[in-house]
Amino acid sequence: MNSRSFDVYLKNLCLWYDEHLLFHNLNWSLPSQQWTCLLGQSGIGKSTLLRLITGLSAKNSKLQGTVLITKPLAYLGQNDALLPWLTVFDNACLSARLGSYSKTEKRMIKKRAQYLLQRVGLEAVSNFYPRQLSGGMRQRVALVRTLVEENPLIVLDEPFSRLDAITRYQLQNLAVELLKNKTVLFVTHDPAEALRLGDRIDLLSGQPATIKTFARFTTSGPRDLSSPEILTLQKKLYQILSAAYSNHSGLQPTDHPFALKTAGQ
Amino acid sequence: MISARLRRLSFLIFGLLILWEGIVFLFQLQPYILPSPDRVFLVLAAKLPLIAHEALTTITETLLGLLLGTLFGCAMALLLAFFQSLSLWLLPLVIISQALPTFAIAPLFVIWFGYGLVSKIAITVLMLFFPITSAFYDGLRQTDSDWLDLAKAMKATKWRLFWHVRIPAALPALASGLRMAAAIAPIGAIVGEWVGSSQGLGYLMLNANAQMQIDFMFATLFIVTFLALLLYFGMDYLLRLFIPWEAHEKI
Repeated sequence: MNSRSFDVYLKNLCLWYDEHLLFHNLNWSLPSQQWTCLLGQSGIGKSTLLRLITGLSAKNSKLQGTVLITKPLAYLGQNDALLPWLTVFDNACLSARLGSYSKTEKRMIKKRAQYLLQRVGLEAVSNFYPRQLSGGMRQRVALVRTLVEENPLIVLDEPFSRLDAITRYQLQNLAVELLKNKTVLFVTHDPAEALRLGDRIDLLSGQPATIKTFARFTTSGPRDLSSPEILTLQKKLYQILSAAYSNHSGLQPTDHPFALKTAGQ
Repeated sequence: MISARLRRLSFLIFGLLILWEGIVFLFQLQPYILPSPDRVFLVLAAKLPLIAHEALTTITETLLGLLLGTLFGCAMALLLAFFQSLSLWLLPLVIISQALPTFAIAPLFVIWFGYGLVSKIAITVLMLFFPITSAFYDGLRQTDSDWLDLAKAMKATKWRLFWHVRIPAALPALASGLRMAAAIAPIGAIVGEWVGSSQGLGYLMLNANAQMQIDFMFATLFIVTFLALLLYFGMDYLLRLFIPWEAHEKI
C-alpha cells in the first residue's frame, strides 16, 4: 500500500451555500485503500462535501478551488434507494442498465452481482422484490449494488444509521469484509461506528468548517470496542464532539439526545 | 379485502334501492316522474337484448376513446417531461384542451367527424387527455431525489435515466390518472351519442326520454352505471396487477 497516493484531493476549497460560507480554504485528501471516517454534527456541511465528491450538484452553492477525484466511485446513502419495480437481482445490477457498458461488461456485472448476493446471504431471495425484504436485507442489496461495478472508491453516507443495533453490527462486519482494499469515505454520526471501522477518523467542525484528523490506526477494522485503548479514544471523541455541538450557533447541548448522554461523563 | 369491498358495495346498492322504493311509495310518485326499482327491473329484463345490442356500440366507443386518450395523454406527458423547453409552449395547449366545455363543442365534433364512431371517440379522447397528461407529467417530474442521485452517481445518460427510472417511478401517478379516466370515459361516449347519433346507450336514453318512457330510461341508465363501474374496477384490477408497488388507497 502506498501511503503517498490519494484518491480524493481537495485543495483551497471555498464553498458557499446560500450566501453562507461553509468551507474556507479547506484542504483534505483521502489516502488510497484506506477507510476514512468523517464525523461531524448535522448542518456543518458534511452532505455538501459528500455531494461535491460524488459529483452530485448541490443547489444554491458556489464553489472555488481544486477538487480532484482520481478514481471512479460508487455511492450509498442512508436510504437504500432500491427501485421497487425491480427484483433484488436487477436492483443489484442496476449499473448494467444505467451505465454505458458493453455486453461483456454487463455480463460481468451480472455475474458479480450473483456472487456478491451469495456472499451477503441473499441468494435465495434474488427474485424477490424490495417490498418483501426487511430493512437490513434491503441495505445489503444496496451494498451489493454499490460494489458490483468494482469501483475503487466507495462513498458511504451513514449507510447503517436506520438499522437496529444488531443488524448494524452485522452489516459493519460484512462491509469491512467486502470493502477490503477499497478507498472508503464513511460519513457517520456514531463515534463508536467510526472507531470500530475507520483506519483514520477525521472531524469536521467550526464555521467555516475545517477538518482535523482525530486518530489513525495501524490495525484494520472491525475493532473490539471494549479494548482500553479504544475506550480512551471513545471518551475523548465524545468530549470533543459534545463541545462542538454546544458551541454551534443557536444549538443548546440539550437539543441533542447525543449530547445529553455524554453530559455526565 | 376484495370480499369486504364487494360486501360494502352490495350493501350500498341495496340501501340505495330501498331508499328509492321508499321515496316512490311515500310520495306516491307517478311512473313517468320516478318509476319504482321493481318496475325498472321488469323493463330491463324485457328490453335487455336491445340494450345489450346498443351497449356494444357504447362499449366500443368508450374503450377506443380510453385507449387513444391514454396514448395521446402519455405521449404528451413524455414530451413535456423530456423536452423541458417545449413544455413552455405545450402546457398552455393542454390546459386549453381542458378549459373547452366538452358538452358545448360536442355538436361541432359531430359536424366534423360525422354521426358515427369517430366523433364519439374524439369527444372521449378530449375529455381524458387532460387528467392523464397531468397525472403522468406530475409523476415524471417528482422522481425521488435518492433515485436521481443514484442514477447520476452511476453516470446514467438522460435517456437511460428516463427509461429505467423516471418512467417506472411515474407509473403510480399515471395509475391514478387512468382510474379517473376509466371513470369518465363512458361519459364522453354518452355525451357524443346524446348530441347526435343513431346508435348506442346515449341514443337509447335520449329516445326513451323523448317518449316519456322513464322506466326504460332508468333501465338504460342502470346499465350505463354498471358498465362504468365495471370499467373502473377492471382498470383498478389491471393496475394492481401491473404496478404492484403502488401504494394505493382502498375503495
